[in-house]
Amino acid sequence: MKHIIKGLLTASAFATVMTGALASAEDVKMGGTLKTVLGNNLRTLNTAVQSGIVTGFPGAQLFASPLRYDENWTPQPYLAKSWEISDDGLTVTLNLVDDAVFHDGTPITSSDVAFSVDVIKEAHPFKSMFAPVESVDTPDDHTAVLNLSQPHPGIMLAMSGQLMSIIPEHIYGDGQDYKTHPRNIEDVVGSGPFKLSEFKNGEFLILERFDDFFIEGRPYLDRIVMRIITDSSARAIAYENGELDMGAFESEPLIINRLKKVDNLTVTSDGYGAIGALDWLAINTTKGPLADKRVRQAIAYSLDKNFVQKALMQGTVNDANTGIHPDSPFYNADVNAYALDLDKAASLLDEAGFPVGDDGMRFSVTIDYGWPAGKQHVEYVKAALKKSGIDVVVRASADFPTWAGRMGEMDFDLSWDAVFNWGDPVIGVHRTYLTSNIARGVWSNTQGYSNARVDELLDMAGRENDMDKRKALYAEFQAIVNDEMPIYYMHTLPYHTVYNDKVKNAPVNGIWSTSSPLDQVWLDE
Amino acid sequence: MNFLRVTITRMAYAALLLVAVLILNFTLMHLAPGDVADTIAQSAGGIDAEALEQIRREYGLDQPFIVQLGGYIGRVLQFDLGYSFFYSRPVTDLILDRLPATLLLVIAAQILALTVGVVFGVISARKPNGIFSHFVTLASLVGYSAPVFWTGLLMLVMFSLILPWFPVAGMRDVTIENGNIFIHTVDVARHLVLPMVTLASIFVALYSRLSRASMIEVLGSDYVRTAKAKGLKSNQVVYKHALKNAISPVITLAGLQLSAIVSGAVLVETVFSWPGLGTLAFQSIIARDTPTILGILFFSSLVVIVGNQVTDLVLRLVDPRVGSKK
Repeated sequence: MKHIIKGLLTASAFATVMTGALASAEDVKMGGTLKTVLGNNLRTLNTAVQSGIVTGFPGAQLFASPLRYDENWTPQPYLAKSWEISDDGLTVTLNLVDDAVFHDGTPITSSDVAFSVDVIKEAHPFKSMFAPVESVDTPDDHTAVLNLSQPHPGIMLAMSGQLMSIIPEHIYGDGQDYKTHPRNIEDVVGSGPFKLSEFKNGEFLILERFDDFFIEGRPYLDRIVMRIITDSSARAIAYENGELDMGAFESEPLIINRLKKVDNLTVTSDGYGAIGALDWLAINTTKGPLADKRVRQAIAYSLDKNFVQKALMQGTVNDANTGIHPDSPFYNADVNAYALDLDKAASLLDEAGFPVGDDGMRFSVTIDYGWPAGKQHVEYVKAALKKSGIDVVVRASADFPTWAGRMGEMDFDLSWDAVFNWGDPVIGVHRTYLTSNIARGVWSNTQGYSNARVDELLDMAGRENDMDKRKALYAEFQAIVNDEMPIYYMHTLPYHTVYNDKVKNAPVNGIWSTSSPLDQVWLDE
Repeated sequence: MNFLRVTITRMAYAALLLVAVLILNFTLMHLAPGDVADTIAQSAGGIDAEALEQIRREYGLDQPFIVQLGGYIGRVLQFDLGYSFFYSRPVTDLILDRLPATLLLVIAAQILALTVGVVFGVISARKPNGIFSHFVTLASLVGYSAPVFWTGLLMLVMFSLILPWFPVAGMRDVTIENGNIFIHTVDVARHLVLPMVTLASIFVALYSRLSRASMIEVLGSDYVRTAKAKGLKSNQVVYKHALKNAISPVITLAGLQLSAIVSGAVLVETVFSWPGLGTLAFQSIIARDTPTILGILFFSSLVVIVGNQVTDLVLRLVDPRVGSKK
């Protein structure tokens, strides 16, 4: 029954999307200024040297990537009109659109693609995206051939969204450091649908329509104004009173639910699949009682996910039971959900050799959190585990780096954490589980988890070009980590996009949210 | 001459103090676990281990502490505040970018607070047990004890949402096209109102209570009685004779409040997304951006030193007895 309902929902959602697309093709209104917002300050506008959701928004407007993705995780042509992967999986050929130019009028050629790959390999925080790329051949101006040392299916998603920005060689190839290049923040010459008009960090960013954009007739908007408002309450008021048309990555349940009640606003968690942000409880598997898998499972049986998702997060999150985001095609839903079962938890703890002591407690562990939103979760974990006889001591960190430093050195027992998938599992999932990545700084394998089969599965999945086989490998991997529980998976991050009725084609029908081009957004005013 | 000598001696002390402040803070920042590489990782939504090591290498964070400290102090002594790790820009540029907004906010709020505070203080001092006096005492208490971010949020809800008179955030409306200087000035003024009133609310309390107390004391003194006995009008006695003497402590206090350029304005700037030094300081501390934090400390120390000199000067003008004692 559940499947039928799901099927119906999908069908009707699909129909809506289709009719929506048809309708919009007819009544698109050109022009207008989209007033939107960034929740934090920018380090740079150059997405080839910086990742993250804040840089991603302007970055994906200023720079184009070879591919874009639809909501079904299917690659679509963007700066590359077509692409081929060789049978042995060792070359990826990109055929660029013919008449694409940078914002200064210089043609975008395959050597810019080769240059961008070099810059990303050297300066981008995600090394795994292009590590297997050994060289890029440029047989002609519009063909780029990426030569790989091994098959690398993850490269497809790595060529979309904000992850592979094509930047101009004639600007950034002048010998200056890519990360601190002055043109990263001023006079940016991009390849995307909008060009930089004015940037005052800490205040605002104005993007203007690029008239020679390589897709005819786009973008629809004349301008995008991005204001930088770090206070979430102030942003909420601005959505309500119309000072802002749209904003993404809102993550406070109270604010989300308040805005849902406002008449002319749409508030949705759609479109964040590739960002893939998950909230979870990290467990240090290397010391004390937590080194025992049964203890970790007992913790899982002691926590009431339903309560956390419904009461603490007020229904703004989705369930997640593995380290892969539930929207991803690789998500394995067929795993143990660890429904609340205190009897089972008790018997597992007894079995593991941790009987209830005289004080009613079995043992004591600490729990950390690195940012304010995690506080309520760790307080809940403390209260819930007490019922199973586990005494939890909450260790607050003065600030984020304090927590990150502790995590990087594995100086913790339990910790609340949030980790991003960033599209392909190779980019944002493997790093958490590989034996070779233990204790190498924050968001490495800070759990100290090591399983030879998991290492092998991830290695094979990272090189498997056949989608079904790859899915099977990741399914087995997810089943193992769900069972061995180096991490207790709680739910998705409550990221929501807020937009008012004027905004059409808001970036909610994709997988990259605002880290994708807004060339199809238009305003009905 | 005396004034000049005192000033020079003070400046020398201040310079020494400044270096000590920088060394102390550099050390404190270094002692805290974690570093800017972690916050850069956070801003990137994750990072690979190789990239994390790369950042630490590039910023010299892998160097021994004494090498890092020596390098930094050496550069500061050459008046080079260095590069922000987080923003990849010269710290001096970052500060100068943000300074005008903060000066505008703090000075406007101080002027408002001084005017309202002194007027309230004087009026209530004339009838210390009158209704208005009690009202001022109550309002001061509330204004002073209410957390400033709470006051700010209430102002936002009241005057941006329920009564949409003022904009929510920022310093200007960036959607204005082809505006002339007049339109832009009005626009900035409109954005300034709520943060200014919010910030002033704390200081109104301070100034009104201080000027009330000081005024009551002065009004009871012999020369005021003499002035009244001479048959001068009440207003003339209060505003010409008494106020001049009563206002000295208020000016001293206002001068001390100049340090609020960084401290007091942080919360107000955050609530109203005012693009000032306070938000920069706050975000740099959170980001562990050592060069920027130390740069702001350096800068605000300078402001306080200069501010104290200016206060001294103003006091001399208002009260000739100051400085002639020695």
